[in-house]
Amino acid sequence: MQISMILNGKKITAETEPDMMLLEFVRSQGCYSVKRGCETANCGLCTVFLDEKPVLSCSTLAVRADGRKVTTLEGLQEEAEEFGAFIADQGAEQCGFCNPGFMMNAIALFRENPYPSEAEIKEYLAGNLCRCSGYEGQLRGILAFLEYKKEKEQKGE
Amino acid sequence: MLTFRNYQKVTSLEEAYELNQKKANKIIGGMLWMKMENRNIGTAIDLSGLGLDQIEETDEEFIIGCMATLRDVEFHPGLNQYTNGAIKESVRHIVGVQFRNVATIGGSIFGRFGFSDVLTMFMALDAYVELYKGGVVPIQTFARMERDNDILIRVIVKKTPMHVVYMSERYTKTDFPTIACAIAKTGDTVKAVIGARPYRAICVADETGILKQGITEDTARAFGHYVSEHVRTGSNMRGSREYRSHLIKVIVRRAVLQLGGEQNAD
Repeated sequence: MQISMILNGKKITAETEPDMMLLEFVRSQGCYSVKRGCETANCGLCTVFLDEKPVLSCSTLAVRADGRKVTTLEGLQEEAEEFGAFIADQGAEQCGFCNPGFMMNAIALFRENPYPSEAEIKEYLAGNLCRCSGYEGQLRGILAFLEYKKEKEQKGE
Repeated sequence: MLTFRNYQKVTSLEEAYELNQKKANKIIGGMLWMKMENRNIGTAIDLSGLGLDQIEETDEEFIIGCMATLRDVEFHPGLNQYTNGAIKESVRHIVGVQFRNVATIGGSIFGRFGFSDVLTMFMALDAYVELYKGGVVPIQTFARMERDNDILIRVIVKKTPMHVVYMSERYTKTDFPTIACAIAKTGDTVKAVIGARPYRAICVADETGILKQGITEDTARAFGHYVSEHVRTGSNMRGSREYRSHLIKVIVRRAVLQLGGEQNAD
């Protein structure tokens, strides 16, 4: 089946199998940040934006993305770099395998709720698993990033 | 792994119904549960082109399209106002935001899964399901029906004045519930719906009027015991039959007390 979508800002048309998941499809298009960390739709590593919403690409059919907008971490480099530096500063991650899915969902959170409370951060990111850390480093990184963002906005930058 | 040869995004319910009469074909919702099955199906039937992803609110009812997501329900202002946030509480522990952006109400309820928070909640709300051929059926009846080849189109919640509280017990955040509980009070009648027992959710009414004298520590505890005695539980990897029956006593008491607190605040 032929499908078209806007993938990271570029219009693409490609062949897909009816039962291919969006995860395999975007990887076949070179978006290797998108990973499968489990087989049970639980880990959040495969998070992409479908239109503007974060979804599990491991459980979304590629054909269902036909005519829509798909964004992976490859398409969010600027945002990811700015925020990612704060996660790195905390040494939050060890292996880094969960990082792309985590970055995607954190960016989705900031777009929905620019200044979330600690409870709101934990609730929104509950579906992103990390098996190296205890999430404390990531939480410190997010809070530091939010502080930085607030200061930047106050200065009117 | 789930595999299929064909994918059909239908343009009418009749087309979906006809395709669905073949045993090899299956309607897909969010596909989250279905994709974990190890099976090969003929045609995957997709209802997502029929505009059934909306939640409509009228003066009398909420009409939830089968393709509305759990996240749509979680943040619907009218549903949350009507249930005093219980609807949000019933779905917010389900895996994660990305999962709930994909999982549909239709799939959650049609499956009549034993572990379902969603079925437990909507049973407490005395909801109805609208089936393509079967018409409008009370969800309590639907929950007991065997799976067939009909299509669940909408879920309807009448705005009958009620107080409702939802609680679940989980080993850890985002896990399946070990026990799920919704308590609803309509007029002066209270009922408890218990899910994840681990069988399909079941409703127990306060038939002996334990709570008629008012909600206190003692009556809440007595009702917890009553519900526990009237609900058959079973064992699986999340808990034994005995453990679940014990949990029911505690969770029902807590939920009833929360319900009482709400009332006092009114």
